[in-house]
Amino acid sequence: MAETYQEGSGAGADFDLSQFYQIFFEEAGENLDQMEQMLLDLDLSSANDEELNGIFRCAHSIKGGSATFGFSDVAELTHQMESLLDRLRRHELQPIPQMVDVLLESADASRSLLARHQAGGQGEAVSTTSLVRRISELAAGLVPGDAPAVAPPPPPAAPAPTPAPQAAAPAPAPKVVTPAVAGQARTLEIQIGPLDRLEQADAIKELFRDIPGLGAIRDIESPQANTRSFAVETTSTNDDLLDLFAFHVAKEQVLIRDAAAPASGAAADEDEETVLAAGAAGGEAYGFFSEAPGAPRADAPHAAQAPTQAVKVAAAPKASEPKVAMQAQMESTTIRVDVKKVDQLINLVGELVITQAMLAQNSRGLDAGAYQQLLAGLADLDRNTRDLQESVMSIRMIPMSIVFSRFPRMLRDLANKLGKKVELVTLGEATELDKGLVEKITDPLTHLVRNSCDHGIEMPADRLAKGKSEHGTITLSASHQGGSIVIEVRDDGRGLSREKILSKAQERGIEVSEQMSDAEVWQLIFAPGFSTADEVTDVSGRGVGMDVVKRNIAALNGSVEIDSAEGYGMKVSVRLPLTLAIMDGMSVGVSDEVYILPLSSVVESFQVNADDVSTVAQGSQLVKVRDEYMPVIALEKIFQVPRFDPNKSSNIMVVVEADGSRVALLVDELLGQHQVVVKNLESNYRKVPNVSGATILGDGTVALILDTGGLVRRARH
Amino acid sequence: MQSILAVDDSPSMRKMVSFTLTGAGYHVVEAVDGQDALEKAESHNIDLVLADQNMPRLDGIGLTRKLRENPKFKTIPILILTTESSDQMKQAGRTAGATGWLVKPFDPNRLIEVIQKVIR
Repeated sequence: MAETYQEGSGAGADFDLSQFYQIFFEEAGENLDQMEQMLLDLDLSSANDEELNGIFRCAHSIKGGSATFGFSDVAELTHQMESLLDRLRRHELQPIPQMVDVLLESADASRSLLARHQAGGQGEAVSTTSLVRRISELAAGLVPGDAPAVAPPPPPAAPAPTPAPQAAAPAPAPKVVTPAVAGQARTLEIQIGPLDRLEQADAIKELFRDIPGLGAIRDIESPQANTRSFAVETTSTNDDLLDLFAFHVAKEQVLIRDAAAPASGAAADEDEETVLAAGAAGGEAYGFFSEAPGAPRADAPHAAQAPTQAVKVAAAPKASEPKVAMQAQMESTTIRVDVKKVDQLINLVGELVITQAMLAQNSRGLDAGAYQQLLAGLADLDRNTRDLQESVMSIRMIPMSIVFSRFPRMLRDLANKLGKKVELVTLGEATELDKGLVEKITDPLTHLVRNSCDHGIEMPADRLAKGKSEHGTITLSASHQGGSIVIEVRDDGRGLSREKILSKAQERGIEVSEQMSDAEVWQLIFAPGFSTADEVTDVSGRGVGMDVVKRNIAALNGSVEIDSAEGYGMKVSVRLPLTLAIMDGMSVGVSDEVYILPLSSVVESFQVNADDVSTVAQGSQLVKVRDEYMPVIALEKIFQVPRFDPNKSSNIMVVVEADGSRVALLVDELLGQHQVVVKNLESNYRKVPNVSGATILGDGTVALILDTGGLVRRARH
Repeated sequence: MQSILAVDDSPSMRKMVSFTLTGAGYHVVEAVDGQDALEKAESHNIDLVLADQNMPRLDGIGLTRKLRENPKFKTIPILILTTESSDQMKQAGRTAGATGWLVKPFDPNRLIEVIQKVIR
């Protein structure tokens, strides 16, 4: 580990590095995600070089970037991770589960540290001291527990590698006089330096204060002005100490001497040599090889430091030449664009679509013979606009794998916590979804997956007793169905219990009957505060859940369906529109006003027969549709539409469904179905009850898009 | 204007190097790894190569070796960016035919200083 980095060393006097921060944060986030994924996929018994190198490179990249941009805490932590991974990829250590655990935790911690930097230092401070200690223990071959972690030494027949340059423990630089044995209390003299600022060594003292059991440290007089010396009593090995110190000072700057040992001539020489070498390494930020092509002559003496003995190098760099080409290729074919730019583009295309529709409408009355060319041009415009709109919308589409990728880790932790065995299967990860939807669907999905693991999947013993396999399976799938995307969370656990739900519902004062269909019973779990869990765990089961899931998905114009068989598992299907920016709508007319209903919520429409409508208390009306009564809402009254022709009245009903309930909307006429570009009313005006947005119609007038969920709720109260 | 081929798999490092060098009056061609760099080197007139050591597909040392096999790149300066300046790394760089090395992280001014030493 001959690397050095000093805080802020990357910050040039004339350069503002902060302009690269954002790109670095994104890149580091991707690296962390990738590392996590690879760690989860790692088969400890047969980890191959490619995988280990891939994980190593992620840590390495983050370290390099964070050191360059001055995020020293991240650099320190990732540096430790890198050291451990380096030993793993060199097969100096055998991978064990504790390593994966600590690396995953460190990835989380790095994420938090980065988030904190991204927020300009705001947010909770993250302490990495114990993580750092655990990693360095593992890297040193110490295992909490008894599993032997150190790989057997390589057979002597192997082409003897020169000392590993980045390996944590057998770092070539520091010379140790006494054999350092763990567990034996020793008194050491530690000299740190040369240092630019002597305060840098204070961090070493803090280590002894922060890490219980490390030992005692006190200042002693130092022989040189730019160094600090300490007397240390510890049971740790020199290697461990060096690894710990390496967070704050370069290993080459550390000199450990056994205080009891007399400074023999040989040892003293060796020490001196080390310090000299360290001095050189500290200042050696670059160099040229003598007689190398293109090397400047003036620097020739500088290059004399390069070793002159012939060492075969063929073996060394090969290890970092894996065939993983995918990521690099992906990178070279993608560009990063600010989401705002994409949204602006979508907005403009939306306007274009409206203009085009206006032109199309105005041209309808034109004589086809006289205006043949104009009409042909308009037809082209129509087609091109549609294609353009589709292409632009696809920019915002991102694959579901972005959402799915967080679940393996979550389930792993959760299953461990609950003592269950769960496998996750994901299908249709390539299915694309609007970015805005992806962000909003993540939480509800997380909740569903958690529920499946906590309530659905049984304990291994229970599963075996039922003749099932010990491992429960949770399947996450995504697919396109028509204009919607359907995401399913399926488990092979215990399923929903009809009796339990019915009795729970009764307890809560919800009206139920034995005649209810299964589907109706399952809908009960969406009632606020409903939980059938026998006991509340800290994972889920507090009863805040399914209703929130349902509400969140309804807010996206989506729907949730449940299917379950007791003893065999359950399936929750979430159906969402492909995008939030364009919607299939049905336009209806009331007097001179036009309203848009989301087509997904429209069930049917019919001419009203006066006999089917009955007026109940407080003037509210019900209509009977095939033996089912549903409330009638006259849009005319709700929106107080002025009517100039008193002879006309609404006599068409459109049945819409939301939140599992139906209402009949009374309108004058049905105008047609078309795609509408949704404009947010809240951001442009303010929130209006019963209205979810607005759109501009082909003739340039504005039509309100009705919030069917809101209308249904209104009818209930 | 002299052209520098900046090779790094990290977009932020690439951006930083590219910005720094462009500001110093060089033309910068970016490549995402050694393999990409080989292709870019062929299709551009390159005066200097600045390559990260640790990259997927083809690392800095490997890239150097490959470039030196081509008579076209026999004499251009090739600098390796690395987080370590161990003797082993230097030996590997030297054997591959690299001109020199620069330790990461580096100050942008230092980068320009080093580059100006080898091309003017």
